[in-house]
Amino acid sequence: MRKPKKVKTTKTPSRVEQKKSIVLSSLKGLGEQLYSQLSQNQWPSVRMPSRSITNIHYDQHTRQYILGDHYVRRSARNIRHIRPLTQLTWTGSFVDELAREGKTSTLRDVFYSAQAYEMSFADQAESDDIITDLETVLGHAREDFNVFPEERSAIFGDLTIQYTVRGYEGRRLNLSSHPDGMMIGPALTNAEFVQCKADKIIAIEKGGLFTRFIEERVHEKYKALLIHTAGQAPRATRGLIRRMNQELKLPVYIFCDADPWGMHIANVIISGSANAAHLRELNTPDAKWAGVYASDIVEYKLPSDPLTDLDIKRLYELEKDPRYDGKLWKREIETFLKVKRKAEQEAFSRYGLSFIVDEYLPAKLKELG
Amino acid sequence: MSLQEVFQEISAADFFYRNRDIAGFTNPTRAIYSTIRELVENSLDACEIRGIPPDIYLRISHESGPTDGPGIYRVHIEDNGIGIPHDIIPSAFGQVLFGSKYKLRQTRGTFGLGGKMAILYGQITTHGQATIMSSTGPTKIHQYDLTIDIQKNKPDVIRHKTHPNENRWHGAVIDFSTEADYTRAMPKILEYLKQTAIVAPYASMTYVDPRGRLYRFERVTVQTPKPPQETLPHPYGVDVETMKRLIDITKERTMQSFMKTHFHRVGKTIASGFLQQVGIPAKRNPKKLAPDEIVRIVNTMKSYKFLAPDASCLSPLGEELLEAGIKKELSPEFVSVYQRKPSAYAGFPFIVEVGIAYGGQIEPGGGIRLYRFANKIPLLFDEASDVSWKVVNTEVDWRHYKASPDMPIAVFVHICSTKVPYKTVGKEFIADRPDVEREVLNAVREVARMLSLFLSKKIHLARDKHRLDVFQKYLPKIADFSAKLAKRGKPPDVSPLLRSVLRYEKTEESEDDQDSE
Repeated sequence: MRKPKKVKTTKTPSRVEQKKSIVLSSLKGLGEQLYSQLSQNQWPSVRMPSRSITNIHYDQHTRQYILGDHYVRRSARNIRHIRPLTQLTWTGSFVDELAREGKTSTLRDVFYSAQAYEMSFADQAESDDIITDLETVLGHAREDFNVFPEERSAIFGDLTIQYTVRGYEGRRLNLSSHPDGMMIGPALTNAEFVQCKADKIIAIEKGGLFTRFIEERVHEKYKALLIHTAGQAPRATRGLIRRMNQELKLPVYIFCDADPWGMHIANVIISGSANAAHLRELNTPDAKWAGVYASDIVEYKLPSDPLTDLDIKRLYELEKDPRYDGKLWKREIETFLKVKRKAEQEAFSRYGLSFIVDEYLPAKLKELG
Repeated sequence: MSLQEVFQEISAADFFYRNRDIAGFTNPTRAIYSTIRELVENSLDACEIRGIPPDIYLRISHESGPTDGPGIYRVHIEDNGIGIPHDIIPSAFGQVLFGSKYKLRQTRGTFGLGGKMAILYGQITTHGQATIMSSTGPTKIHQYDLTIDIQKNKPDVIRHKTHPNENRWHGAVIDFSTEADYTRAMPKILEYLKQTAIVAPYASMTYVDPRGRLYRFERVTVQTPKPPQETLPHPYGVDVETMKRLIDITKERTMQSFMKTHFHRVGKTIASGFLQQVGIPAKRNPKKLAPDEIVRIVNTMKSYKFLAPDASCLSPLGEELLEAGIKKELSPEFVSVYQRKPSAYAGFPFIVEVGIAYGGQIEPGGGIRLYRFANKIPLLFDEASDVSWKVVNTEVDWRHYKASPDMPIAVFVHICSTKVPYKTVGKEFIADRPDVEREVLNAVREVARMLSLFLSKKIHLARDKHRLDVFQKYLPKIADFSAKLAKRGKPPDVSPLLRSVLRYEKTEESEDDQDSE
């Protein structure tokens, strides 16, 4: 048994605080730029990498999607740009206030707050777009400036954190204190890691299995932090997995359904999404996809369903995707196309409730080293 | 009961009395409208014939009977026209089909009937008499009180008086009672006067209605259209009856000189060419033509290539006057007018003049408003049967001209001719004869092009305004929010940038617009 890891924490300013001050100064920089352009009677404008599909490239070095060299300029001089530019500036000042006051907001909230400033967005999509613009301009994810999506996933395991959010500063919490798991929200994402007794992270797609793992005490048996991704992992969760991987040096294993969609949940945690190509530090290149594989369907004789046309179409798409370049990915895509069947994680229940924990999991962990 | 039919000759007055529908006197509503129309048109003609800017005073007053149905009204009209020689006043007003309008030149009426028909209708509905006062300008004004002897078609002069004429006044005053349903006719009468004011911007008209309300249409110019000249009939428009009458009155001894003297645009060469074609010797005496020869001549006339009639007998309004009339009555934002070159149908020359107007007092919605005129008469009834309606509503694709029926657009079509091709005797709408239709269509297209240019410019200006509005809305906000973000107190002044927007507009449209998202 390894000794519990003690994380170096109190070297001020903390990592979380550092990031916060970087974000705040980026926001100020944006304001300064527009302000000085206007003071010199120039049309205010911002320049940012284009997020158009032709400018998204896969970078072998960082093992994620990144934006290329193509830039666009949003200028107030252009009648079609002035409104989005104003919205961008407003959003900047709105999140600046949020960050300073230590408050958080949701995408939906931003949409409604704008109306108080006669800055109404046409719809949620437009306001989400502007947030993405702001991420691109600043080079920081919206979670860094306290704007969170609605969807939340959960974490459970022997990790003690210390809050930095207002009103809870310095308070600590062990993430195994509640058997349903702890919600991964702004307070948790901004927390410092104090002490960790786990030596690995297991991310699970389905809530049912996450609960089963806790019931079966997987976190103790395998010294694991369990994460429920709730389908496609939210960016806050992906950021948290990366932080734990980097700061706590924990290996990451991902379990999903045996179908192209489950496989892609694992892939996005590992290689990032094209939608977040303008952002860094959301992916965990060393995380491992631990199943369920197409070959497991055969090997374990799992109850399965035939692949739909949509599933097959998706497999062909993934086959061409640079993120699926690895041997394992290639092999499993081929197997899917060969057996033309898919299975859910719960399919292991045909061998009894604890089979997945007692038989399958150790086998997989061993296989992946 | 007699087995034998009784044949009896009836007079012209009697004929029209029995068939008053033909002249537009169907019922008390229609009758008062026709009365006003005929009187006003006679007055305008009496002025224009000598280029006098018309001054017309019209008054209708209620005498007895109900006002919410047919009652008795008194009609009074005064003009400053050339006046009527005193010896023919009784016939001019008391004898149907006596008049100056049986020649080929463009006038408003054609039957020489209207004024008398109005008096006749008044007489039969009220048993009253008409009073006519007139002078051609010498020292006396003649007054006749008369009735029409319907069976004899003769005036019955009750009283003849003279008044001194110190001011050398010329003109005519007509005064009589008639049955009318004024309340129901009122909208059309007012519309008629308004449209007359459009088509006669050189006329001043005053109208006092039965309730004592005064309507005043002021002239905006003293320039009157060139009076029409009399002209000979064109061979294309001649029928056997006309031909026989011409032969009756001719003093010519040979067919060649007969053709030359009595027909419009026929010279020696054309006459002999034509006669050769018909196979009648040039030396033939017209009086000795056999009936079948006359028929042959008339039939050949329809197909022979004569010169087209010229338009000297027409009196179009002219672009300038049409525009002045439209501006005066509707004060539109935009107006364009166009006069086509003279053309002819069936031997009758005609000219199409059109105008188009946008905005001002023209109400938007309900389609493009159409104003129709024939020989300077507004046509108010049966619009949908008119050739202009067909052109405006079915043949012109307004979208092509950036226009749409819900815009405040009015089209004005004036057709003038020695014989306006009315489709029915009611004379309210013009037939869609191909020659006429083509001219109207081409003319409307011409002004529609002008409208299209105007609308483009308007759209352009609206866009510029919209752009400025957008900049004015957002730029100050950028200044506010960026000052807040940069932690500066006062937002930068954006007015220099806003000022530059309008000047800048043309040079830079979509630079920096490379965003392909």
